Amino acid sequence: MRTAVVLLILLAVAAVPGSLLPQRGVASDPAAVPLFYRANPDLAPWLDRLYLFDVYSAPWFAAIYLLLLVSMTGCVLPRCARLWREVTAPPPAAPRRLERETGHTSLTVPDAPAALAAAAEHLRSRRFRVVRTDGEVRAEKGHVRELGNLAFHLSLLVLLVGVAGGRLFGYEGRVAVVEGSTFTNIASAYDALTPAPLADRDGLEPLEFTLRSFDAQFETSGPRLGEPRAFTAALDWVTPDDSGTAEVRPNQPFDVDGTKFFLTGHGYAPQVTVRDGRGDVAASGPVIFLPQDQAFTSDGVVKVPDARPTPLALQGLFLPTAARGADGVDVSAYPGLVNPALLLTAYSGDLGLDDGGAQSVYTLDLDGLVEVEGDDGERWRVTLAPGETVRLPDGLGTVTFDGVARFANFQVARDPGKEISLVAALLLLAGLTVSLGVPRRRAWVRLLDDSTVEVGWRHLGRRRSADTDAAALSAAIQPVHHTHPESTT
Amino acid sequence: MQAIELALWSDRLVLASLAVLSACLLTYAASAALAVRSTGRAQVPVLVGGPEALLEGSAPPTAEARAQLLRSAGTWLLASGAVLLVAAVVARGLAAGRVPWGNMYEFGLTASAAVAVTFLGVRRGRQVDAVAPWVVALVLVLLGVSVTSLYTPVDELVPVLDSTWLVIHVAAAIVAGALFTVGALAVLGQMILSRGGREGRGSSELGDLAHTVHLVAFPIWTFAVIAGAVWAENAWGRYWGWDPKETWAFITWVLYAAHLHALATSGWRRRAGWLAVAGFAAFLFNFFGVNIWIPGLHSYAGV
Ligand code: HEM
Repeated sequence: MRTAVVLLILLAVAAVPGSLLPQRGVASDPAAVPLFYRANPDLAPWLDRLYLFDVYSAPWFAAIYLLLLVSMTGCVLPRCARLWREVTAPPPAAPRRLERETGHTSLTVPDAPAALAAAAEHLRSRRFRVVRTDGEVRAEKGHVRELGNLAFHLSLLVLLVGVAGGRLFGYEGRVAVVEGSTFTNIASAYDALTPAPLADRDGLEPLEFTLRSFDAQFETSGPRLGEPRAFTAALDWVTPDDSGTAEVRPNQPFDVDGTKFFLTGHGYAPQVTVRDGRGDVAASGPVIFLPQDQAFTSDGVVKVPDARPTPLALQGLFLPTAARGADGVDVSAYPGLVNPALLLTAYSGDLGLDDGGAQSVYTLDLDGLVEVEGDDGERWRVTLAPGETVRLPDGLGTVTFDGVARFANFQVARDPGKEISLVAALLLLAGLTVSLGVPRRRAWVRLLDDSTVEVGWRHLGRRRSADTDAAALSAAIQPVHHTHPESTT
Repeated sequence: MQAIELALWSDRLVLASLAVLSACLLTYAASAALAVRSTGRAQVPVLVGGPEALLEGSAPPTAEARAQLLRSAGTWLLASGAVLLVAAVVARGLAAGRVPWGNMYEFGLTASAAVAVTFLGVRRGRQVDAVAPWVVALVLVLLGVSVTSLYTPVDELVPVLDSTWLVIHVAAAIVAGALFTVGALAVLGQMILSRGGREGRGSSELGDLAHTVHLVAFPIWTFAVIAGAVWAENAWGRYWGWDPKETWAFITWVLYAAHLHALATSGWRRRAGWLAVAGFAAFLFNFFGVNIWIPGLHSYAGV
């Protein structure tokens, strides 16, 4: 047991640093570790060498819990065997010196053998396992306590299996879907996908869904103005053998056979049409802008590589509720669509898309680009309301702000060990409750002479709780005293 | 009644309970002072002897009786304070139209009520008056901090908190937390009373109380952690992510498991007490420290 205590303390201590230092693949903020590196360039590599940014997958952390589980199994298996022997054996004989046991009493009765019979009867009715010999009654109850204890400890091994299942075969992904567009569940459709080592990248659940609409509600007054109140994403989905509609809300994921889509965020996608210098439509449709603050001031870029004579790019700021800030800068004052405005600047030149290098759709590589200037020689900039069209300088083309769609962010997860973990957790809880709640106890009643019997109790386990049992047994042996309590004093 | 009015009533009830519980603490203190004086006098005849000592001998019983009277008065005040607190929690919940644990203020308020009610529940049939003033003091501190620095007006829940699992998870955490609180105070009381290896007055009663409380609290805390994992699975798609809040719940759980093992390990009884205190410290840190200092998915709860 001392090993168990020491290892448990170690486990608790080892879990602490992971909550104080940023962790990879754990924290809600993926940039936390790089930021920490930048802030502590000398310290960070050392911490990294000690796995302090990956505490929960560190070898030393694993060593502690594996040792604990091994030592636990070593403890518990022999106990299983002992429990089996004890359950199959009759309750043991009374110890020779019964007076040493808890709650020992001698009772005077008119007919001792009859009292013994009454005691056996009573204990049986109380669901003790009872053996009666000529001179004594042996009884025991509460083996289920040990069973609970074993179930509890062994469930920890099952839990390990469940956790390992998710860690080895599951995957997590992220994808943003704009209203009206369709997501197909294949690896390349994800914005980010982190499969576990043994996960099957090509065997993702076959399914497709269209985001029919997204609805967001915000607090409209009071000090909490603008706080989120309700989000709903309405989907039309199709699988190989079924189709239907679904509503996804926070805490209410869309679940297809264990692959779950959680609504974790949302934002705006302004719909923009760009006609190039020749009047042809070079780009059209919604473009995802990433929210920067609580009021959904959002920024993004529109890349138009097909525009002629020169490729174009627009850098934009979208404000769902445009307002002039105190310092003269336009900001959004409220997350809902009250007074939408799209602020744009433009670039022309080489977008660098053909270089083959991966490029974010949310940022511009400014290297081959020149800023478009207005007639006054200043940087060209414009603020558009929905429906408005503006002409770019130098015959580069026109830009129309058609309207605003919303997009929803989905966190996608599949964890094939989840059910096992849940079963383990329930087994753990049930075992624990039984193990801590049920007392295990023995009782002996022994004939001393024709008119006296003695009673003794023993509690196996550290909880003393059987006082009521003892009183009831005495009452069953000596019913007179039960009806006239004064006579005993 | 209007929501605003209900919220006002809740605030008034909190103030009233603060007053009643302060009175309760004073009463307990007076009772303890009297009890000390009475035992002090009782020693006089032994130390000095002589006729005056014999005359003094009639005083202790009345002082002891008065101490006893004050103690029962204190218990009545505690019960009244608890009733007021429960009413305050209910009014707050009705005002908000949801369970009253959507932010730290409400959590503190509900926890105060839970600790008071739990202690009243477990003290029945036990000689554990020694810890009563400490329980009351702790409730007063918790309530005071909630009112002065955590107070938030009634409002709605942000969407991610609006879930049945939240209700279940937090309810279990509050009950377990209230039991842990009583358990920690009882363990500390027991360790103080049995300093130097002596089984002091009431120390075994306190130890027994602590043990019972921990045996009940541990499965409830286990359940709270499991319910939290189910909720996390519902909200974020993973049942366990080593978020700081989850990590400290785990640390708390492991420390209490260590405590229970240490109780069963020969020669570790006293250290077992410290492990229970450490478990309680981890629990407290999870509520205050993690919410205030450590960023994580849980920190939207509105400090
Ligand atoms: C993996 C971590 C472990 C956890 C979370 C854990 C938890 C628990 C809990 C909560 C109890 C109930 C305590 C009570 O009856 O008061 C218990 C009992 C027990 N544990 Fe563990 N345990 C762990 C590992 C171990 C190990 C490694 C051993 C063996 C060295 C062990 C041996 C026992 C025994 C023999 C009991 C019964 C004690 C009694 O009935 O008095 N456990 N454990």
